[in-house]
Amino acid sequence: MTITSPPSKSPTASSAPLLKTTGEPLRERAFKWMLWFCMAVGLITLVVLLTYVVIKGWSRLDARLITNMPSSVLPETAGAQSAITGTLWLMVFTALWSLPIGIMAAIYLEEYGNPNRWYNRAIEINLLNLAAVPSIVFGILGLVFISRGMGFGPTILTGSLTLALLVLPVVVISSREAIRAVPQSIRAGSLALGATRWQTIYRQVLPAAIPGIATGAILALSRAIGEAAPLLMLGVSFVRFNPDGLMSNFTALPIQIYSWTTEARPEYADLAAAASVVLLIILLSMNSVAIYIRNKTQRRW
Amino acid sequence: MSSTSSTQVDKRAAVAGTPGFLQQQRSRHGEKLVVVLLLLAALVSVATTLGIVLSLFVPAAEFFAEVPVTDFLFGTSWSPTFANPQFGVLPLIVGTLLTTAIASVVALPLGLGSAVYLSEYATDRARRTLKPALEVLAGIPTVIYGFFALTLITPFLRWILPGGGDVPSIYNSLSAGLVMGVMIIPTVASLSEDAMSAVPNGLRQGAFALGSNRRQVSTRVVVPAALSGITAAFMLGISRAIGETMIVVVAGGLQPNMSLNPLEFHQTMTAFIAATAAGDIATGTIVYKTIFAVGALLFIMTFVMNMISIRLVRKYREVYE
Repeated sequence: MTITSPPSKSPTASSAPLLKTTGEPLRERAFKWMLWFCMAVGLITLVVLLTYVVIKGWSRLDARLITNMPSSVLPETAGAQSAITGTLWLMVFTALWSLPIGIMAAIYLEEYGNPNRWYNRAIEINLLNLAAVPSIVFGILGLVFISRGMGFGPTILTGSLTLALLVLPVVVISSREAIRAVPQSIRAGSLALGATRWQTIYRQVLPAAIPGIATGAILALSRAIGEAAPLLMLGVSFVRFNPDGLMSNFTALPIQIYSWTTEARPEYADLAAAASVVLLIILLSMNSVAIYIRNKTQRRW
Repeated sequence: MSSTSSTQVDKRAAVAGTPGFLQQQRSRHGEKLVVVLLLLAALVSVATTLGIVLSLFVPAAEFFAEVPVTDFLFGTSWSPTFANPQFGVLPLIVGTLLTTAIASVVALPLGLGSAVYLSEYATDRARRTLKPALEVLAGIPTVIYGFFALTLITPFLRWILPGGGDVPSIYNSLSAGLVMGVMIIPTVASLSEDAMSAVPNGLRQGAFALGSNRRQVSTRVVVPAALSGITAAFMLGISRAIGETMIVVVAGGLQPNMSLNPLEFHQTMTAFIAATAAGDIATGTIVYKTIFAVGALLFIMTFVMNMISIRLVRKYREVYE
C-alpha cells in the first residue's frame, strides 16, 4: 500500500476514522455530556435542597429560634434553644471521648503494629467494617450497654459515648492517613539523632500530622452531630431545658427536626426547616474550617 | 556485638565522654507502657464490635426461643404489637430491598459517572472545587434528607405522576429511595475514583498510543482495570442504603407492606427498629426483643456487604500499589 493512496479507498482507513475526523465525534461528545449529567444531578439536588430549606424556614429564621424553648403546643413561640445547646454539649464530649482514643489507636496501627500479624490485620478489618455499620446499630449498642446496662439513661453522657463509638473508626482511619503522609525520612532523622521511638512519634511525627488529624476529626464530629437515628434509639426526646451537666437529659437538633417533621400542623414544617438551616450552618462552617486547615497547612515534603 | 566484654564498652563510653552512653541496656519502661496504652486504644474498636454482637444476638436468641426462626424469616405478616402478634419479617425485608433498589438505580450509575468524570475528564482545578462540593452531599444530616423527601419530592412526584394528586401516597418508597440514592452518590463516586486513580498511567498512555480516545480509555481500560474497586464502592453504597434510617422513617412510612409497588408506603427494618425504640417499650417484652432480632438481621446483611467490599479493596490495592 502506498502512502499517497486516498484514505477513503484504503481498507485500513475505515478502522481508523480518527485520522480524518475534524473535531470530536458525536459519541465522544454524548459520553462527555452523560458524565456531566451524572455530576450535575448530585450538585443540582444539593443546591435545590439548600435553597428549599432556607426558603421554607425563612419566616422562622429569627431570634425566636435561639432564645425560645421548643413547644409542641404553640408553634409561633417555639424555638430550638435546648436543641442547639444540646448539640453543642454533645459535640464537645463526643470529641473528648473519641479523639484521644482514635488518635492513639491510629498511632498504634501506623507506627507499632506489624501489619503482617493476624491480630493487627483483624483490628484493621474490624475498623473498616465498623465504619460501615449502620448508625442505628450503634444506637442499639448504646441502649443496651450504656443507657440501660450502666443505668445512665438518655443523658448527655450516654449520647456522647454512643456517638464517640460511632465516629471512632472515622477518626482512626483519617488520623492514620495523616500519620502515613509524614515522610519516613523525618522518622529516620529523628531516630538517627538518638531519639527513642516514642520521642520520634511525639515530637516529630505527631506535630507534622496534626493538620491532617484535625481535618479528619472535624469531619468526623460533623457526622456525629448530624446523627438522629442512634439518639432516637437511646430514647432522647424533646426537653424544654438546657443541659447542665453530663447526667442531664437533653435534646439535639436532629431529634428536634425529626419531631417537628412528624407534627401535623404546617407551621411545624417551617420550624423543622428553620432548625435544619441552623444545623446546616453549624455543619457547613465546620466543613469550611476543615477545608481551610487542609489548604492552609498542605505541605509538600 | 554481644561478644564485646563489658569492660571494653566501658572504655569506649569513657571516650565518648558520657559514661554508659553506649551501654544503654536498661529497658525504657515508658516506651513499653506507651505501646501497651496505644494497643488498648486500638482494642476499643474490637470491644465495640464485640459489644454490638452481644447486644444484638443475646436478646435475639431470647426472641428465637419464643418465635421459631422459620416463622420469622419466611412469615409474610409483621404485626408484633397486635393482640394476635405475627412475626414474619418478610414485609420489612421487602421494604428495605425496595428502597435500596431504587437508591441503587440512582446512586450506582450516577456515582460511577461522576467518578469517571472526576478521574478521567476533569481538569485539576475543576476537580478541586467539584469534589468537595459533591462530598457536602454526604455530610448533610439524613433527617434533613427525610424532611426534603417528605415535603418537596413527594409533592413533586404527585404533581408529575398521573393519579389526580393522590399517587404516590404521602409516605412512599419511591421518594425515600430517590433521595437516598442522591445521598449515596458521593460514597460511590469517591471510592470508585480512588480505585480509578490507582490504575497506573502507563495503561492509559498505552491505550492512547494505540489510537484510543478518552471515552475508549475510560470505558475499556480504566473502568475494567478498576473493576474490583468499583464493585467495592457499589457494595458499600448498597450497605449504606440498607442501613439508612432517618430518610425512611420520615418519608417511607411506618406500616409494613408486602407489595412491590414503590408508590405505596413500606416500613423498612431500620424504620421498624427506630419507631419501636422511640415508642419506649418495656424491657423484656416480646416487642422489645423484636428490635434485636430485626437488628441482628440488619447487622448480618450489612456485614456481608461490608466484608465483600473490604476484600475487593484489598485486592486492587495488592494489584496496583
